[in-house]
Amino acid sequence: MKKMQIDVAVIGGGPAGLAAALKARKEGVEKVLIIERDVELGGILQQCIHDGFGIHRFGRRMTGTEYAQTFIDELEQTDIGVLLDTMVLEVTKEKVIYACNNKDGMMEITCGAIILAMGCRERSASQIQLMGYRPAGVLTAGTVQRYINLEGYLPGKTAVILGSGDIGLIMARRMKLEGMEVKGVYEIMPTLGGLTRNKVQCLEDYDIPLHLSSTITKVHGKKRIEGVTVAVLDKERKVIPGSEEYIACDLLVLAVGLIPENELSIGCGIEIDPKTQGPVVDEHFMTSVPGIFACGNVAVVFDLVDYVSQSAEIAAEGAAAFIQSAEQSSPEYVSIVPSGNVNFVVPQRITAGKETEVSIFLRVKKPDRRGTLDISENGNVTQSRRFATLAPPEMITCRIKVSGEAEVVLDMKEAANG
Amino acid sequence: MDKKIFTCIACPNGCRLTVYEEDGDIVVKGASCDKGIDHGINEYTNPMRMLTTTVAITGASHRRLSVAGNAEIPKSKMEECLAQLYDLQLTAPVEKGQVIIRDICGTGVDVIASRSMKKR
Repeated sequence: MKKMQIDVAVIGGGPAGLAAALKARKEGVEKVLIIERDVELGGILQQCIHDGFGIHRFGRRMTGTEYAQTFIDELEQTDIGVLLDTMVLEVTKEKVIYACNNKDGMMEITCGAIILAMGCRERSASQIQLMGYRPAGVLTAGTVQRYINLEGYLPGKTAVILGSGDIGLIMARRMKLEGMEVKGVYEIMPTLGGLTRNKVQCLEDYDIPLHLSSTITKVHGKKRIEGVTVAVLDKERKVIPGSEEYIACDLLVLAVGLIPENELSIGCGIEIDPKTQGPVVDEHFMTSVPGIFACGNVAVVFDLVDYVSQSAEIAAEGAAAFIQSAEQSSPEYVSIVPSGNVNFVVPQRITAGKETEVSIFLRVKKPDRRGTLDISENGNVTQSRRFATLAPPEMITCRIKVSGEAEVVLDMKEAANG
Repeated sequence: MDKKIFTCIACPNGCRLTVYEEDGDIVVKGASCDKGIDHGINEYTNPMRMLTTTVAITGASHRRLSVAGNAEIPKSKMEECLAQLYDLQLTAPVEKGQVIIRDICGTGVDVIASRSMKKR
């Protein structure tokens, strides 16, 4: 077995991994390695040909491919190592990575620190209890995106989309522009899953109907999908009898959510937050295993790639500091606790006994016209932040100051005077 | 022109804009800021959209190259521009920023490669 010694290894060469590797190198880490399972760097951005990326980071609307290429170009000017077409099989608490590819065979990579940047994957048909037959032509939105934008195939002529997440909305427009017929988007919830601007630019612009509180109750067709039965749901999410309707189609596109891809993290014994489905992290995005960090969508599903890069750079600074420090044990922590309309917050905890300013990322539970985020320690509100137009799909980020002396409670209240 | 209704995308507020002409002026109702009024007027008079699509390419690791306009084009020109791009057949290598079509369909907008694709 081939053996390697690396200072900081990054698992995943998507936006998080690219930003993390570049930042680690800039922080003075000598031997940085990216391990990527695809044949090229860039991750999911390589199939995101639409624009809207980089508004916060670069101040302009870039395509996903351009955003990725900017980082790849910068990476090619460095001595950062890249292993493509390489699968990581295991990560251990001792910070050893087992990986393999066709050229090197099995590899044992001993690391000073590891940054997990594996991203997320889409929820599939079997995870949403889709009823009926299991024919060809039922694909996730990301798969359809890859077929159309990279491989150059149209996977159907007439599509129905289940789920109103951003990828589903983006693909509705994309399929329409490619000359396909898009019958409609069906969303089980009474509210939109994705960002409002995507609904406007992708559905309203092309007269694609959006059906909220609706779902697919049956998939028809034995070999190839022939159609679906759709139905309207009541407040208890039960089918309203008589509302069923048959729609002929040869493609069903599933845009029903993303799940952080944490098999490696779980295998390593890293503590997972049931809310984010990603590792519990501290203010440096370090996981429960000292020296192993997690950033980007593997930590929490972000809605903007700009935030993914930001989280990766925080993790890389943490990893660089970790390998340069003598202290390698897990620090004492105080928790950051969500309250009121706050659904979850990342990081979930911060180092105790250290006054610090920290970037936080959170999502609300339900939409609100405006809200005030009270940050309190020991029952005393230390800071407040006001936000307008709260919605679960729109992640909220801000910087807060914490003493490190006590648990921090984040409470999103309805603003006074509504 | 008739009365038109848009959802504003200047910010996540998503105001519902009603836009119509009155005595030669364009009136925007429902906006809560100036950006919204501008958005309403633009959508009513000359809606612009970003052109992003793919072009066929041979000799690369994939069969489609991501391309985008260097500025927005009139929405009414979208189909014509796409048709011209779909007729193209490129060969790798292509560098990010390389001009694929200059001044597409007389819009004054150049279509450029969003990414690099090396020769396989």
